[in-house]
Amino acid sequence: MITTDILIIGAGPTGLFTVFEAGLLKLKCHLIDALPQPGGQCSEIYPKKPIYDIPAYPEILAGELTDKLLEQSKQFKPGFTLGERAQTIEKQADGSFVVTTNKGTQHKASVVAIAGGLGSFEPRKPAIENLQSFEDKGVAYIIKDPEVYRNKKVVIAGGGDSALDWAIFLSDVASEVTLIHRRNEFRGALDSVDKVQELKDKGLIKLITPAEVTAVFGDSKLESIEVVKLGESPVRIQTDAFIPLFGLSPKLGPISDWGLEIEKNAIKVNNALDYQTNIPGVFAIGDINTYPGKLKLILCGFHEATLMCQAAYKIINPGKRYVLKYTTVSGIDGFDGSRKEAPKAVVKSID
Amino acid sequence: MALDVHIQITDRDGILHDVQAPADMALNLMEVVRLFELVPEGTIGVCGGMAMCASCQCYIQSSHELTEKLDDEDAMLSEAFNVKSTSRLGCQIQISPELEGLQIELAPED
Repeated sequence: MITTDILIIGAGPTGLFTVFEAGLLKLKCHLIDALPQPGGQCSEIYPKKPIYDIPAYPEILAGELTDKLLEQSKQFKPGFTLGERAQTIEKQADGSFVVTTNKGTQHKASVVAIAGGLGSFEPRKPAIENLQSFEDKGVAYIIKDPEVYRNKKVVIAGGGDSALDWAIFLSDVASEVTLIHRRNEFRGALDSVDKVQELKDKGLIKLITPAEVTAVFGDSKLESIEVVKLGESPVRIQTDAFIPLFGLSPKLGPISDWGLEIEKNAIKVNNALDYQTNIPGVFAIGDINTYPGKLKLILCGFHEATLMCQAAYKIINPGKRYVLKYTTVSGIDGFDGSRKEAPKAVVKSID
Repeated sequence: MALDVHIQITDRDGILHDVQAPADMALNLMEVVRLFELVPEGTIGVCGGMAMCASCQCYIQSSHELTEKLDDEDAMLSEAFNVKSTSRLGCQIQISPELEGLQIELAPED
């Protein structure tokens, strides 16, 4: 069981900045995110795109913002459970919460801060009949362990970076890799497109375009798929695995079953005070919350995180008073023993 | 003076809305749908309007001349579901007086 002061669900900009603000109050944080890396949308959807409304940054790339937030909070040693989705929450007799992920990892904390943005990113599944019944029986939407495809026949569908990158990677592992895309054009980094071209020319990747997978077949597991090439009649292809890679889309997911008040796909919070939800001790900050006048902006998430930490401090340190300290005056004491402080002024006479 | 543009939007439940979209707010079609709350928040414009998701996909039903698709939009539509020959991403279509009388239907949520 992982224990911490504030359990943050979502490692996007708001969640990451919470670590810093909590650290100033000597509160420890642990973050859970369904994505394999921190940054949320900023790293998953648009790492290379600029943001212009982060105070003091006339322009910053979303990926760069993530790096800087990680650097800023590093001394407060946040813990991470990545690639797992927060599934259930249970209130304990002592007032704390236990949050369990889809993979069974348990986290105990006095305060839970949901900074889940648009929700957790789930793979987009193509509308193919019976596809779901072959999940984990040959059909997968995420490649967790490429070794399971060793010496197997694999079909990948999709035209983006992940389809290209996995086709390249698996061409070395699988006995046969077929890449199917609706267009002749692929959208990805130039060198991945070139590499797929090269592997195709060498016969290491079979390319079927413009085409679509229209059906899946098999008894106890996937055995073949049906492919329709534009303007041609359907053909069957024998395969051990079918991996549709059509990107991720965010879903509120299991959080919607936690008994939280939900409005317009967002969690209602008390914005007059501390962004607490209808469950005391559970807060929602950043894009995932809603209140009158809400704006889904990163800078608003930072503000919400800061006020939320004050409320968390009161819950974790009942009866203890708090006086706001400025980092410039007090410096920052990291949980790693580091200290940052303003240089002392020199008092020296001038002859 | 600001000009409004009439647009007919069939929502995901098949209900037709006749809206007057302001042409002086630099809005795109996706934002117009949000402005009039024709679909639940969080189900459209998920990527914020960067042509990086297809949550604002719509079918153009009238014969208006629209701006050409850029590569980003074209590539996204090649990966989206429920795509038809009339599919466009609403976020890539800016509201302008030329769109007067435009008729669109919102694609299903995927």
